[in-house]
Amino acid sequence: MTLDVAPPSQVGSAGGVRPPGGAAMRRPSWLGQHMGTGIVLAVGGYALGHYLGNVIASGYTYVGTAAENDVAIVLALVLAVVGWLLGVGALNYPLAKLAGREPAARPDADHWTKYFRFSVEHKTVGLQYLIAVLVFLFTGGLLAMSIRTELLSPTNHIIGPGTYISIVGEHGTIMMMMASSLVVGPLGNWLVPLMIGARRMAFPRVEAFSFWLFSAGYFVILTALPLGGFPTGWTGYAPLQTQADVGMDSYLVGFSVIGLGMILAGFNLLVTIINYRAPGMTWGRLPVFVWSILATSALLTLATPTLAVACVFGILDRTVGTSFYVAAHGGSSYLWENLFWFFGHPEVYIMALPGFGIVGEMLPVFTRKPLFAYRVAAAGMIGVALLSFFVWQHHLFQSGINPDMRPLFMLTTELISIPTGFIYLVGLGTLYKAKIRFEVPMLFALAMYFNFLIGGVTGVFLSDVPVDVTVHGSFFVLAHFHYTIMGGLVFAFFGGVYYWTPKITGKSLNKTLAKAHFWAMFVFFNLTFFPMFLIGLLGQPRRVFEYAQGLQTLNDFSSVSAFCLGASFIIFVVNFVWSIFIAPQEAPANPWGSLGLEWQTATPVPRHNFDRIPVVMADPYHYSEPDPPPVADLAPTSFAEMAAAGADGGGASRGGDR
Amino acid sequence: MSDRAGAPGRPAGAHPLQDIRRIFAIWIALSIVGDLIFWFVAGPHVPPGDMTSSASGAQFDFNVLFMVALPVILGVWTYMGYAVLMWRASRPGVPDPVGGPRARSNLKVQLWWIVLTTITVLGMFIFGTVELIVPAGAGGAEGPNPIWTPTSKTILPVQVIAQQWKFTYRYPTFGGMETNTLVIPDNTTIAFHVTSLDVIHSFWAYQLGVKIDANPGVDDIGYTTTNQLGRFSVRCNELCGIWHGAMWDFGKVVTKSQFMRWGEATERAHADNTKYLPPFAWTYVPTANTTTGVTVANTSGQAPFSKVQKYGATTSAKKTLKNVVTATSTITTGGSTG
Repeated sequence: MTLDVAPPSQVGSAGGVRPPGGAAMRRPSWLGQHMGTGIVLAVGGYALGHYLGNVIASGYTYVGTAAENDVAIVLALVLAVVGWLLGVGALNYPLAKLAGREPAARPDADHWTKYFRFSVEHKTVGLQYLIAVLVFLFTGGLLAMSIRTELLSPTNHIIGPGTYISIVGEHGTIMMMMASSLVVGPLGNWLVPLMIGARRMAFPRVEAFSFWLFSAGYFVILTALPLGGFPTGWTGYAPLQTQADVGMDSYLVGFSVIGLGMILAGFNLLVTIINYRAPGMTWGRLPVFVWSILATSALLTLATPTLAVACVFGILDRTVGTSFYVAAHGGSSYLWENLFWFFGHPEVYIMALPGFGIVGEMLPVFTRKPLFAYRVAAAGMIGVALLSFFVWQHHLFQSGINPDMRPLFMLTTELISIPTGFIYLVGLGTLYKAKIRFEVPMLFALAMYFNFLIGGVTGVFLSDVPVDVTVHGSFFVLAHFHYTIMGGLVFAFFGGVYYWTPKITGKSLNKTLAKAHFWAMFVFFNLTFFPMFLIGLLGQPRRVFEYAQGLQTLNDFSSVSAFCLGASFIIFVVNFVWSIFIAPQEAPANPWGSLGLEWQTATPVPRHNFDRIPVVMADPYHYSEPDPPPVADLAPTSFAEMAAAGADGGGASRGGDR
Repeated sequence: MSDRAGAPGRPAGAHPLQDIRRIFAIWIALSIVGDLIFWFVAGPHVPPGDMTSSASGAQFDFNVLFMVALPVILGVWTYMGYAVLMWRASRPGVPDPVGGPRARSNLKVQLWWIVLTTITVLGMFIFGTVELIVPAGAGGAEGPNPIWTPTSKTILPVQVIAQQWKFTYRYPTFGGMETNTLVIPDNTTIAFHVTSLDVIHSFWAYQLGVKIDANPGVDDIGYTTTNQLGRFSVRCNELCGIWHGAMWDFGKVVTKSQFMRWGEATERAHADNTKYLPPFAWTYVPTANTTTGVTVANTSGQAPFSKVQKYGATTSAKKTLKNVVTATSTITTGGSTG
């Protein structure tokens, strides 16, 4: 157990106290380094890289099938990312250290412009991540709308096959990038230090760096569209990848950049959770959300390097003529498939585990019961994380590689449903003879259990090799993983947003709009994706722009539902903007009556979270006990005091008074 | 399985496990009704039908898995529905929950849960493995050297060549002729040898229950046995570029005698074209010294006709077989850069 007693002023910029009347306060807020300078240097870097690439490789026919050559585009994108990082000031500290100078202490003004700057404060980074993942999510969502528009008709083309395939690839890639940071980025960075009683992350600069890489990845992957798109979908299979035009470089560079950000973010959270727990925060008292982030960050740290390496191989194949993936020159198309899925399957659980953690955190609060089988929940998450490294070849059941190993991978894949089943044991056990309050976060938690069940069970069909012969690569797969990722993770994420927004922003979201959002999202999500199981079984492969006439009714049904599903997010955006910026309403200090440590600091949370490091005395699940032990030596500690401090009464007092 | 979850209830007048008993009863009833309806009403129509051994195998496996999956889903839904209706705070008279260690864990429930899920999972694994190995790969890809092979004496080899954005089919039994449509005989075991000339494709003969990836430089083999006449559709199942969505065609299963007549007639009609094709081989590679995209037979790995070369019990087929062997023995190995 490491006690974080070091004065926080050693971190990056300033100390905890704003310098009174310092120069920084008088300086106009738009000065200094921020997103604007980042954009300027990124554009400059792009131009410089493009020029250099053309100098180096012009006339070298291998790299260019069009007017652009791959060397120029790759250099342009890489230098744009470097320029972006330089511009926002992400490299100031290491560069100053390299030059042997003490880095200039930049005052971290408590001004709204801090959200556009390189901030090393975990709550600022968390909010930056929150806005960024929402931008990712809505961009990907708009692309999904255009996919469904094209699929309204089996033969008439609204956007045409070339644009269609680019949009399919963009949608998949953006959504995967988004989903792997959806919870870890915003909620992980914001909540984990608060939940474990720490004042900061272990590596604040690394944390901020990972965010600015993540945001750079967004722009890099978007450059694929003006560069002509990439035809491979998010899986990027070689040798189609090797053959593709320059849009492919955006995919490869973008995934490398995001991958680096994921590795750093995961590594940082891993170290923080292991070393920065407050005294008394034993493994047995760790909130289940932190367990899920621990498992996820282990996966991020260990699995993502494979992706980064695979992307670098791809870049080399395309720019300097290596042949990692070219069968005719000693490479293998299987190599990319293996490397990609060796990352890709742990990635699936990177996108599932945090969802389990969020619902595990919310269920006790809204059932007023302790979490059932806490140890089983933690074991389930660790078990899923471990097993996820041993299943990747089920994506290659029909590829002809290692055909004799298929029973083994069928076994490992099906074994994963045992630890995943633990999550259901925990959920159902917690619901047993509970007193359920249907607040909005609870609705999302229950919906997650409902949706993920369908996603999980259909996964067993896919793991069964003979059945997989029919459903592999069809819309059945598509429905399956949208049920797990969107139905699981995204539902849990929005539950978490509704649950923690009062803490994060100090404002209450409108309940009526929130319920409308939930019901629209839940109903239309199921109406969109359930027909896709049938569409897949009836023979429609993924990523096609033409399909059988007979499947038009189902496809149209799915498309119209998808438009309504997309519209449901408008309700969320309206609610979010209205309740937080236009007509803000102060939230109670602990609106749900939670025992979690994160609810026991002041709102808004002070710069360094806790005035002193708390000593943790119990796990936060002692609901329904006449006299719950205090979770930490912080006030308030009992339900009665919590209610007095502004909780809306309800379950809190009922839970405590019996 | 789910019905057993939860801590033992407090005595509240009724039997402590009254809720569990109710949930269990509802679950059993729903599961039996659901499974029966599925098996008898939907089951026979489940894709991909029963045109071949692998298709009907896939249908049977899907149905069996569904019979297991439906009760699992219904169990969780019944439990959650019961919880939502009976244990909501807004319902009058709902007692306050029990806290403390009794609500925190229950070793018996946890053990039962683990045992039951493990048994289910292992059962499905054993079932899936048997269903994979016994029907010789169940129509899936078995790589270049299958270990699970059909027992049939006469296996028709058909080569499926995928390229952007078209499938063509070569019949080594008929002089290595190449066709645009896939025609196969009824009541016959077919060995599909799937390869690609450029990027990764996937040969999905939907109604045949066959799906085999086409990798460049790889002879990917899969088996099925036809047992119905009719048409089937073929689609590319792996994203292969912008016209991936348009990479489909239709094939048909005809009687054996029709097939032999068709094969011999087509071989004669295509004879002039066939001699300009690369000599038949299990894989093809682009020529090293030209940029025109010409492919040549890749004979560096394995010689054609080393394996499943048994089809053609009739005299005419034997004759053509001999011709092909003669033709391939004079392969000019231009640019076989294996």
